Amino acid sequence: MTVKLIDNLFAPDIKQVPIRNGYGEGLLILGKENPKVIGLCCDLTESTRMLEFSKQYPDRFIEVGVAEQNLAGLGAGFAHEGYIPFITSYATFSPGRNWDQIRVSICYSGNNVKIVGSHAGISVGPDGATHQGMEDIAITRVLPRMTVLVPADAIEARKATLAAAKHNGPVYIRLAREKTPQFTTEETPFEIGKAFVYREGKDVTIAAAGAQVYYALQAADQLTKEGIECEVINVASVKPLDEQTLVESVKKTKCIVTAEEHQITGGVGSAVAEALSRNLPVPQEFVGMPDKFGESGEPNELIAKWGMDAKAIVAAVKRVVKRK
Amino acid sequence: MNLEQLELKANEIRQDIIRMLVSAKSGHVAGPLDMADVFTALYFGVMNYDPKNPQMESRDRFVLSCGHINPVWYATMAHAGFFPTSELATLRKLGTRLHGHPHNEALPGIENSSGPLGQGLSQAAAMAYAGLILKKQPWRVYCVMSDGEQEEGQTWEAAMFASKYKLRNLTGLIDRNNIQIDGHTEDIMPLEPFADKWRAFGWHVLEIDGHNIREIIDACNQAKAIYEKPTVIICHTIPGKGVDFMEYRYEWHSKVFEKDEAKKALDELRTLGGKIRSEHE
Repeated sequence: MTVKLIDNLFAPDIKQVPIRNGYGEGLLILGKENPKVIGLCCDLTESTRMLEFSKQYPDRFIEVGVAEQNLAGLGAGFAHEGYIPFITSYATFSPGRNWDQIRVSICYSGNNVKIVGSHAGISVGPDGATHQGMEDIAITRVLPRMTVLVPADAIEARKATLAAAKHNGPVYIRLAREKTPQFTTEETPFEIGKAFVYREGKDVTIAAAGAQVYYALQAADQLTKEGIECEVINVASVKPLDEQTLVESVKKTKCIVTAEEHQITGGVGSAVAEALSRNLPVPQEFVGMPDKFGESGEPNELIAKWGMDAKAIVAAVKRVVKRK
Repeated sequence: MNLEQLELKANEIRQDIIRMLVSAKSGHVAGPLDMADVFTALYFGVMNYDPKNPQMESRDRFVLSCGHINPVWYATMAHAGFFPTSELATLRKLGTRLHGHPHNEALPGIENSSGPLGQGLSQAAAMAYAGLILKKQPWRVYCVMSDGEQEEGQTWEAAMFASKYKLRNLTGLIDRNNIQIDGHTEDIMPLEPFADKWRAFGWHVLEIDGHNIREIIDACNQAKAIYEKPTVIICHTIPGKGVDFMEYRYEWHSKVFEKDEAKKALDELRTLGGKIRSEHE
């Protein structure tokens, strides 16, 4: 059974919203609902969408300055005192720059800290490779106890934010800067540890996370015209991964494509490959960053050049079905 | 405890440190020995806590940033009644609660995990912020740091933070023993002018003899009177304090004992440096 998405999925004028906006909305809801939730930020309050929270809940917003190691340590200390801190920066800086603090002060210590990395992916665009977080999924999912969430649009980002606050334990939430299609609905399910089938198909499974879920749906729409029926799964919960849903799907399709805006090494594709190789190995093609650093350019140009758009997914599907 | 009893307690803790390290066959020596007086002062003359109720909300928080000196923490906690002193012999062994570097989930009374240097002050600062600004409670936060770990940038990020938010309930104590693994701090990476650095970062700075228990307690009490800023107490110590052949020598930062060295060290501690006759003579 597939989930409910918006009605006119491929309308040219589909609403475009940055995924990070959903985090800002979620934080406002949490501010109202849960007095234990506090927000910490490293001099990026507006662009990480914490500004409204900082205005509405000034007593629970803490400006840390450009100091991401301290950010993670503070998060640990506040969690130790019973608070639910959302520590926020760009993915390249947190968890990029403060990985050891996240490992020891947060994960090993069992501190209930929510790490929010915005501006992940190559779609950061003109700022260039330094600011394009392409390794964050790999370095967070390797940590014991960590939950890793990669929402596909702003609505799902809001749900992920609320779910992270309810979950007891460290959570990493990955956000993107650029506007991308808002294609899920209030009714679309989201749950930590669950993957959801967004489109059913018998020939190939596409497991995607982030904006690539929409591109996968676009690819599936195009491929059906060529006689290839794709099953599209949103694996927003990269860790814990819903192995059962993936295995059930590839039992039927016998092959899989993974798609993400992240290094192929260690990312969503790797997580899926680890799970399937334990349960039901099938041919897999990986859509993602091919072990390179990015560059400046417009988001759509970069996504196309580096092969993480619908076109790249179509090509990967055609490759993988031949390998069955 | 009166001063004399505190000094004897510190001596007992030093003996336990030697015995623990002999049993463990690895671990750090110089720092634990030189911080025995500071830990004794904190746990028996300064801090409010209940070893039978380690999570008591009104307790003072104690954060150890330089986890490698934890033999002194474990020994002090055992003497303070958190767990039996017999458990000290399990240090670093399979199944122990006394891991090679402290783990908060393993042992009640340990507030934070540490080992990788420079991570303690951030956590202590958050606890102090929570106590002072969010919870508005009178408990205090004590954070023990080594001097070597002042080379970590995170320490200074946290120092700026604590200063910005005027965390007067936060007291840092630095083991200024002038040594680290590779040599003397001023050769490895100079820290001086050390007190000036902390002053420049907006802290109230006290410099004391880290082996004078009266001075340690007085400094902690003085910090309580400083209203507008956090306080750091630079505790000047002698590495390996209490054991003549270890004192001042950076080689003993984490050297493994020979059996006869341990016996010599214990003899010296038992006789209070030759002031009384050893029971083994």
